[in-house]
Amino acid sequence: MISGILDPYHYQFFTNGIFVATIAGALCGLLGVFVVLRGMSYIGHGLSHAVFGGAAASAVMGLNYFVGAGIWGVSSGVIIGRIARRRLIGADAAIGVVTTASFAMGLALLNRYGQAKKSIEAVLFGSVLGVQTADIVAVLLVAIVTALIVFGLYRHLLFATFDPEVAQVSGVRVAWMEALLMGMLSLTILVTMRVIGTLLISALLVIPASVARMLTNSFSRMLWISPLIGAVSAFVGMNLSYHLDTSASATIILVGTLQFIVVYAVSGLRGRSRIAHLHHV
Amino acid sequence: MTADILVECAHITCAYDSTVAVHDAHVTIHRGDFVGIVGPSGSGKTTLLKAILGAVKPVEGHVTKKPGLRMGYVPQVESVDWNFPVTVLEVMAMTRTTGRFFPRVSVGERTEALEVLERLGLGGLENRHIRELSGGQQQRVFVARALFHKPELLVLDEPTSGVDVRTRHEVLHLLADLHDDGVSIVLTTHDLNGLAAHLPRLVCMNTSVVADGAPIDILNSDVLEKTYGAPMEVLIHGGMPIVVDNGGDTIARRLGELGEVDQ
Repeated sequence: MISGILDPYHYQFFTNGIFVATIAGALCGLLGVFVVLRGMSYIGHGLSHAVFGGAAASAVMGLNYFVGAGIWGVSSGVIIGRIARRRLIGADAAIGVVTTASFAMGLALLNRYGQAKKSIEAVLFGSVLGVQTADIVAVLLVAIVTALIVFGLYRHLLFATFDPEVAQVSGVRVAWMEALLMGMLSLTILVTMRVIGTLLISALLVIPASVARMLTNSFSRMLWISPLIGAVSAFVGMNLSYHLDTSASATIILVGTLQFIVVYAVSGLRGRSRIAHLHHV
Repeated sequence: MTADILVECAHITCAYDSTVAVHDAHVTIHRGDFVGIVGPSGSGKTTLLKAILGAVKPVEGHVTKKPGLRMGYVPQVESVDWNFPVTVLEVMAMTRTTGRFFPRVSVGERTEALEVLERLGLGGLENRHIRELSGGQQQRVFVARALFHKPELLVLDEPTSGVDVRTRHEVLHLLADLHDDGVSIVLTTHDLNGLAAHLPRLVCMNTSVVADGAPIDILNSDVLEKTYGAPMEVLIHGGMPIVVDNGGDTIARRLGELGEVDQ
């Protein structure tokens, strides 16, 4: 049985894939804490669409993917942050406008100059089993830099997320913190999109952080619980997908969703028993 | 600027796009002041407060602060996201950003935070989530956070907005104690009788400053009409001004005309 479980690890493509997916799970889980608490759950979905626009434009212009899509993605993130900060329209609407425009432009460019259908499938589902060394290095680098920034500027980021107005008055550069978060998010999407695809990025940015939120009332604890759930979802999902012969992205999402359902049910029961206890006091 | 002036707003005008929120306001906050800014909604109270804090830059005039002035700001509790996952101690510690790079709260910070919490009657609540506290405790946590900064000037936006009478009393007593301890205070409020009339100094705003002085000197029908644009009377009870809104009288009279109230 154990040899059966270890079967997929004989293949280099699987070992590479599970490594990248697990790191990506932890990375998205970490940034997802900010995404969920800022009410920007739609951003993973949106930004990956925006990066698609950049990827298409760089392909048409013959630019390197990381350079073209990177500049495009980071700019989109910063523009969304700026629009949302003015509060004239909500963050969700800002994300909707900027990213769909970017996606539409990418689509139009590919229609005109390239193969649209193939590229869209790659964007949606990624290719976790076709991971190259450059992808592994890129994901690892972004994960290390992001972890250093999030833990290094912990209080600045927490203050700017919880109470931006007071943070600003207290000397925190709120606009910088927001730009930094958006930049990290864009970079994360950039390096993980080719590997795990839009759908999985969106799920990994939202599900682990939501589960962590139900498990704790402390921000600092959320910062390690959420990446852990992201990594576990990716690791277990990848293994299951091999044995069940299902899509890696879909299986990872379903493992995350299962954790969400269990924690949601248990926290509901706990809440009810607490109320019942209060009635008896 | 003399030594006892903490903040001087010199004939400032503040605007959001083309809407003027504050026009030619001249307000000076001295050391030891306990000032309330009152006025109707949209009268520029909060904008004046933000100009004092430096969060809003005037388009005309200028705000001068005592060099190195430490200010603590307590926002409206209604603006707080009570579902945000933070404990009382985390709320306090997040304000100390200089030179702090990791989530850990140092022993020194913890001791200092616990002292402030104890002083405000919040001892033992440091590990509670902010939603688990009563209304009065929630308000005091944010005052504690501001005090953790060791401010010379405490700035509060509507500290009694949306709270019950008991909490209002608690807040008022707490602020009076802090003022006795040497903290200068400036706040905005809608609560004329419950809070403003108890303060040593009031600034009545209606885009511009209508009056500035002790409540007993400035709270009169004329100033209140100019401030609120509605008829109000002032009664003196035990040496304290009490503002009576004539609107209620009008309703009673109209209901009387309809035969629903015995005259």
